[in-house]
Amino acid sequence: MSAAGNRLGPTLFERSRHGRGGDKVPHPPKDALARIPAEHLRTEGPNLPELAEPEVTRHYVNLSQLNYAVDTGFYPLGSCTMKFNPKINEWAARLPGFASLHPFAPDEIAQGTLQLLWELEQALAEIGGMRAVTLQPAAGAQGELTGILMVRAYHRSRGDLARTEVLVPDSAHGTNPATASMAGFKTVSIPSAPDGGVDVAAFRAALGPQTAAVMITNPSTLGLFESRIGELLEAVHEAGALAYMDGANLNAIMGRFKPGEAGFDVMHINVHKTFSTPHGGGGPGAGPVGVGDRLLPFLPSPRVLRETDGSFRLERPGERPTSIGRVRSFVGNAGVLVRAYAYIRAHGAAGLCEVSDDAVLAANYLKSRLAGVLDVPFSRPCMHEFVASGATLKRETGCQTLDVAKRLIDYGFHPPTIYFPLTVEEALLVEPTETEALETLDLFVEALERIVGEAHDDPELLHAAPTSSPVRRLDETTAARQPNLRWRGMTGSQTPCPD
Amino acid sequence: MLETIGVASVDDLFGDIPAPLRASGLNLPPPESEAELADRLCDLAERNRVDLAGFLGAGAYRHYVPAVVDQLLLRGEFYTAYTPYQPEISQGTLQTIYEYQSLLGELTGMDVVSASHYDGATATAEGALMACRATRRERVLVSHAVHPHYRETMRTYFSGGELALDEIPLVADGRGAGTTDMAALERMLADPDRPVAGVVVANPSFLGLLEPMAEVSRLAHVAGALFVAVAEPVSLAVLASPAAYGADIAVGEGQPLGIPLSYGGPYLGILGCREPLVRQIPGRLVGMTTDVDGRRAFVMTLRAREQDIRREKAASNICTNQALCALAASIYLAAIGPHGLRDAAAMGAARATELETALAAAGAPRLHSAPYLNEFAVRVPDAAEIHRRLLHRGVLAGLVLADVEPGDASLADALLVCATEVTTSREIEMFATALREEIERGRQLALSGIASGAFGADDAGAAI
Amino acid sequence: MAPQDLRYTKDHEWVRVDGDVATIGITDYAAHQLGDIVFVELPDLGRAVTQFGAIGVVESVKAVSDLFAPIGGEVVETNGELAAKPELVNGDPLGDGWMLRVRVADIGQLDALLDAAAYEELTKEA
Repeated sequence: MSAAGNRLGPTLFERSRHGRGGDKVPHPPKDALARIPAEHLRTEGPNLPELAEPEVTRHYVNLSQLNYAVDTGFYPLGSCTMKFNPKINEWAARLPGFASLHPFAPDEIAQGTLQLLWELEQALAEIGGMRAVTLQPAAGAQGELTGILMVRAYHRSRGDLARTEVLVPDSAHGTNPATASMAGFKTVSIPSAPDGGVDVAAFRAALGPQTAAVMITNPSTLGLFESRIGELLEAVHEAGALAYMDGANLNAIMGRFKPGEAGFDVMHINVHKTFSTPHGGGGPGAGPVGVGDRLLPFLPSPRVLRETDGSFRLERPGERPTSIGRVRSFVGNAGVLVRAYAYIRAHGAAGLCEVSDDAVLAANYLKSRLAGVLDVPFSRPCMHEFVASGATLKRETGCQTLDVAKRLIDYGFHPPTIYFPLTVEEALLVEPTETEALETLDLFVEALERIVGEAHDDPELLHAAPTSSPVRRLDETTAARQPNLRWRGMTGSQTPCPD
Repeated sequence: MLETIGVASVDDLFGDIPAPLRASGLNLPPPESEAELADRLCDLAERNRVDLAGFLGAGAYRHYVPAVVDQLLLRGEFYTAYTPYQPEISQGTLQTIYEYQSLLGELTGMDVVSASHYDGATATAEGALMACRATRRERVLVSHAVHPHYRETMRTYFSGGELALDEIPLVADGRGAGTTDMAALERMLADPDRPVAGVVVANPSFLGLLEPMAEVSRLAHVAGALFVAVAEPVSLAVLASPAAYGADIAVGEGQPLGIPLSYGGPYLGILGCREPLVRQIPGRLVGMTTDVDGRRAFVMTLRAREQDIRREKAASNICTNQALCALAASIYLAAIGPHGLRDAAAMGAARATELETALAAAGAPRLHSAPYLNEFAVRVPDAAEIHRRLLHRGVLAGLVLADVEPGDASLADALLVCATEVTTSREIEMFATALREEIERGRQLALSGIASGAFGADDAGAAI
Repeated sequence: MAPQDLRYTKDHEWVRVDGDVATIGITDYAAHQLGDIVFVELPDLGRAVTQFGAIGVVESVKAVSDLFAPIGGEVVETNGELAAKPELVNGDPLGDGWMLRVRVADIGQLDALLDAAAYEELTKEA
């Protein structure tokens, strides 16, 4: 299936016609706002579009058909874990008992959700080998911030104020150093060794009494398991620092490696990656954080507690003064967490172990089949993803990884992650996940083989790609130099209205 | 597959895990079929009570969501798509984000609105941090009447650096009681040794009151500070917008725009600003452009602000946002239209007037006299106990304010209640009748010398 | 061939001194590496800058790069054209794409910089 679809249509504002739509809510009495002083009231607008329901429906249905999604086809986006989103999870999250529950509902009428959250915490703690879990953070990056703020609180509680640095491998996702900065730490970047792991000597040299924490992604962003992890964690603790695990790649290791048991003090989990909650076009997700004993007192509040009589309640304000406090309103992205809970209960222990085994199997299969097609810098077995490089292809044909990616679109596939991690030239990070059929993987390999052939024989096909999508390559320069971030009907400074 | 790879078993692929660190499986319950799972989930959902007559707001609101919203959100092309990094095959997501930015731009009056932040609390915290970066000052003032969760979140976000967060007190007595104290604000802004980067005030406030936002704006700007306004999106159909009263940054919670209550999330952080601050705003932005053939198209832009490029110098570490919730808000606004949104807001106000009258007649007058839109606090003797008893009679009587502000004597015996367009007269009558009876019962017990707390007033989860 | 009358830093800034005022920008090599420049963040007038200190940021569509001062002094002028036309940096990095001017504190600091030949060597190796 080609990613071709309809053409773009007009915006809501261009479709709007005065007097259309309405009758969704009852009409208020004329004097409804009479008691409100005039200075508080709007004098005009808001200028929102007016459309009738059939137009609204067609507008969004047509827009949806311009999208490629997991439900459309293979999405081997490395580090994103684009696995299939089971539909039972959507049904579950929409059950009125879950969807209509107010976040300030008294504990006694929220027992269902409280139990679900508590059980989910237990399950994630078991999977991560951690002592306890908070479900509060709204995303992985927010989980990272939560974790690093807890590390900060830990050192402060011990009067250790000299720890101002966080070590981060140079292959790390950008959120790691950004998180360290937000938490008031300086990031020290550690180079990778030729085999793709962390350079141990550089790591040891950078560790010291000034180190608050190290942030390690394992498996790394290169899709490789850090075989020296035991040595690294020992060095970290010897230096009095704490070890944070970026759990973005958890899909590779469930049942085989438990970060907490191995010595990590804190980790975050991306439920929208490993636990199948849908990506939604960029969110929402959730970023639960697991901790060991050292950080337990600092977990965000309120925690979900289980009483001796088997009922559940939220911690009360002020009940645990050592907490770092809140990182957001209310308890967490409960609607997302319902989906993660459903996924975990559906799979059970055996199922989750199988998920990791199959993810790793699929990635190694693709890696083996692509070995002759693109450069594959690391020959040892990969985990759930692997990195390939278009460096040789670029030298030989002038076609870059970007061109290969755009041409894959014409073959009906979403491209892998490109130009990440930063440590590999012309990188492609490929993560098939465990929910793809073997035929799909083979078709993907075939497509890449043909594209590499085209790069040699007719490179213009790649440079001009994509040609079958609703739009072709975009002018991102003008978009950044003269940003048009909002529809302005009056000024008319818009591009031509597509009909 | 194993043959192609060249190994004998899957175990061989995990050789890099050092032997002493290998786990051996997971200690979790066994798998369940879809039918069994469905049963389990139904059972859990039914242990929540969502059928009560509800008067609870306090930052999350019940509104009527047109049926078309969820129908469209269920399209797999929307909810199973990823962040639109390959714009050529993500125009659906990209155009809807641009439209969201535009719709919220209209409501708030801000030039630039981000593609979403996590929720109102984090959006407010980020708005405050923006003010610090833009002014290069280190102190932020936040009204005590801003939602307690937002203030707590701000405190947590501020704990990473050298920034100071001070609360502006509220007026204690008189007509303006419960609103932000302008004289105190002016004094706090005048400290020459501690210049202020931003002033954060909510309208309506957490207590439901309308605040003197134009005056806040004037005072803040005279002192060289930026004004961060916390706004509620449905109210913006009828209330003056942040742009109208001079805000530099507008933040708020988008949940009332077609997003289910869902015990607190996923919600929608609204974050917008005037054009000169655009480079400071965290989160994704979508812009309109053209493709190589001159066709209109949409693309994520000003990307160099974000964490994957800026890394340790990024304004924020945000990556995943609340995109699908922003889509829900857009579809809601498209479906309900400007007149429908106005009607929802005005109907809420009308019901709130009815509620105020009914509760006052039942013995629970308003705590304050300043104007409100659709939410307000009432004085109820022994509020926590009465709230519990009303719960058992099928009424969710708002929020016990002492639960979120335990140290505040002025909120000791008070409930925060709200009404929206879905509140019915029948529910209001039910609430008022039950309340009158419970207040009377409490009065009788007090008169006969027995404290109401002595009789079965156990907080520990009595079954309903 | 890098112009002879300029000096260069290893971070690809150039400086041309005229009396006691130094004009600063980035080289063609740097502009090419960054791609289409979309925004240049420059220091405020009057700000004191130290040699090799970070004084601004150059942003392209997909990358961002710190701007370092080749020489110390006080900022006396910035190129106002760049706000509306950042593409000047790509088109004419050594001319119309100049970024700022600094009143030099210590002319001897030029000795710490690369001359044209040394800069050529640097870019060849990269």
